Amino acid sequence: MSDAEARRRGGSSLAGPLTWLALAALLSQALALALGSVALSPDALLAVLGGGGEPLHRTLVLDLRLPRALAAFGTGALLALAGALMQVLLRNPLADPYVLGLSGGASVCALLAMLAGLGASLVAGAAFGGALASMLIVFGLAHGTGSWTPTRMLLTGVVMAAGWGALISFLLAVSPAERLPGMLYWLMGDLAYAGSPWLVLALAALALVVMVPLGRTLNVLARGGMQAAALGVAVRPVEWTLYLVASLLTAVAVTTAGSIGFVGLMVPHMLRLRLGNDQRLILPASLLAGGTLLTLADTLARTLIAPQQLPVGVITALLGVPSFLYLLYRSR
Amino acid sequence: MASLETRGLIVDVPGRPPGRALDLCMAPGECWGVLGPNGAGKTTLLHTLAGLRAPRAGLVRLEGRDLPRWRRREVAQRLGVVFQERHDEFPATVMETALIGRHPYLSPWQREGETDIAHAREALRRLDLEHLAPRLVSTLSGGERQRVSLATVLAQSPLWWLVDEPTNHLDLHHQMATMTLLEAQARAGCGVVMCLHDLNLAARWCSHLLLLYSDGEACWGPAPDMLEVEALERLYGQKLMCVEADGAPVFIPTR
Repeated sequence: MSDAEARRRGGSSLAGPLTWLALAALLSQALALALGSVALSPDALLAVLGGGGEPLHRTLVLDLRLPRALAAFGTGALLALAGALMQVLLRNPLADPYVLGLSGGASVCALLAMLAGLGASLVAGAAFGGALASMLIVFGLAHGTGSWTPTRMLLTGVVMAAGWGALISFLLAVSPAERLPGMLYWLMGDLAYAGSPWLVLALAALALVVMVPLGRTLNVLARGGMQAAALGVAVRPVEWTLYLVASLLTAVAVTTAGSIGFVGLMVPHMLRLRLGNDQRLILPASLLAGGTLLTLADTLARTLIAPQQLPVGVITALLGVPSFLYLLYRSR
Repeated sequence: MASLETRGLIVDVPGRPPGRALDLCMAPGECWGVLGPNGAGKTTLLHTLAGLRAPRAGLVRLEGRDLPRWRRREVAQRLGVVFQERHDEFPATVMETALIGRHPYLSPWQREGETDIAHAREALRRLDLEHLAPRLVSTLSGGERQRVSLATVLAQSPLWWLVDEPTNHLDLHHQMATMTLLEAQARAGCGVVMCLHDLNLAARWCSHLLLLYSDGEACWGPAPDMLEVEALERLYGQKLMCVEADGAPVFIPTR
């Protein structure tokens, strides 16, 4: 059954698009492993992955590049997945964890920790706490006296994000000059200190297993709360689940790699333009495409002006903005 | 007993005195029209009957059981709602939209099967939408979207139809086709409750009428008893004259 036929029938063929995206993900990993200060030929890379190869190449690929490439993939996957969930929650294709101020809260706390001269693990912990605190504030305030609407929540988030932005500027203005580069790198995203990739990868896989059975429910929810309730969805519990999962994914992503914009907004939206809006397809596709995008962006970030590195958030924005605008322009 | 009843129901229209409590008893096979001026609470009543909005007082009973005691999914297998306003911020085809009517019957891991697709296809056929199946809903006209909403509920195949303005945006032919469809549902043993602006559609197609006044007053009963010119003039605050055409009374606003 072709994709067009599948969409006409209402279901969507999962296998086709997901196979292509999985191949792209593998290819991006191979590129990330092969490229760098010392470029490896395909043969050399295969030799290393096969368990042989030169010792220098083995160290480069297995100890340095592989953890970072996997961390990039996992972080991108989390961000794109979180964005896709937030967009359904707010019934607004413009929503993403960054728009809602989650990364702003994480950034402020991380910068404060850096100013206090704390170590990397405490900075990460502060970022995690900041993201969760921001989430509680936004959800608490949006609930207000009881009436909860997606618009109200989006507005609350946008205003919170602006507030965090002002605090970030303030912190940068009063910080000693020698700390500024580290802080700026963190604000624009940096995978150099990502550490072990297994947490982000496991969380991405777990989130997918939890959310894909909810896929059809999310499709119905995307058509409005009333319509969803009329079709048998327990709207409030589903919305809570969505918000909690999306916030947790964002918090872990920000903790791993700093604040990386655009992935959560762009990846699900681009996929929807191509594949329609069946969450059972869009969620796994977002995971694969988000991971692929961030892997490629990080590879560029560390090779473009090597031996210097660029913040990966700069690359995602520079790659993402033109392609997003082009797709939007071309769409119906 | 498959009835839809209200006991002492007062719908929650903000800033309005309670008015008369509704004690309705609606049975399958009946076709109820809800009439009233703008802001009288027709849509609010419909949403309350569907359990989507809490009443200010009283309760709604479906098949003898209080509505809040049903699970949402079980309600959705018995009761379908056609809304007046629609959200399509995200792209979806006509076929996909009709298929969401099958949601209450599917478990989380289940994908739509041949039966569901057959239901949706049949619904689209009955609403003249088959040729539009692969189109995006956002590219359709208002009247076509209205028919897609009806097709979704037809695919849902509920026992009770709650329809807010079924003929909104529809051309004359499709107005007739839609009312015929709803009447056929009632004949087949479903109950239909619809909010209507058009007095003449109500006079022609409804077996029972509920008049909602803007001050919260209400009266209801079999349609022939309710179609009194004076009562309807008071309802709308508008002088009317009545003639008969095509076997039904026709009300014309006079200057």
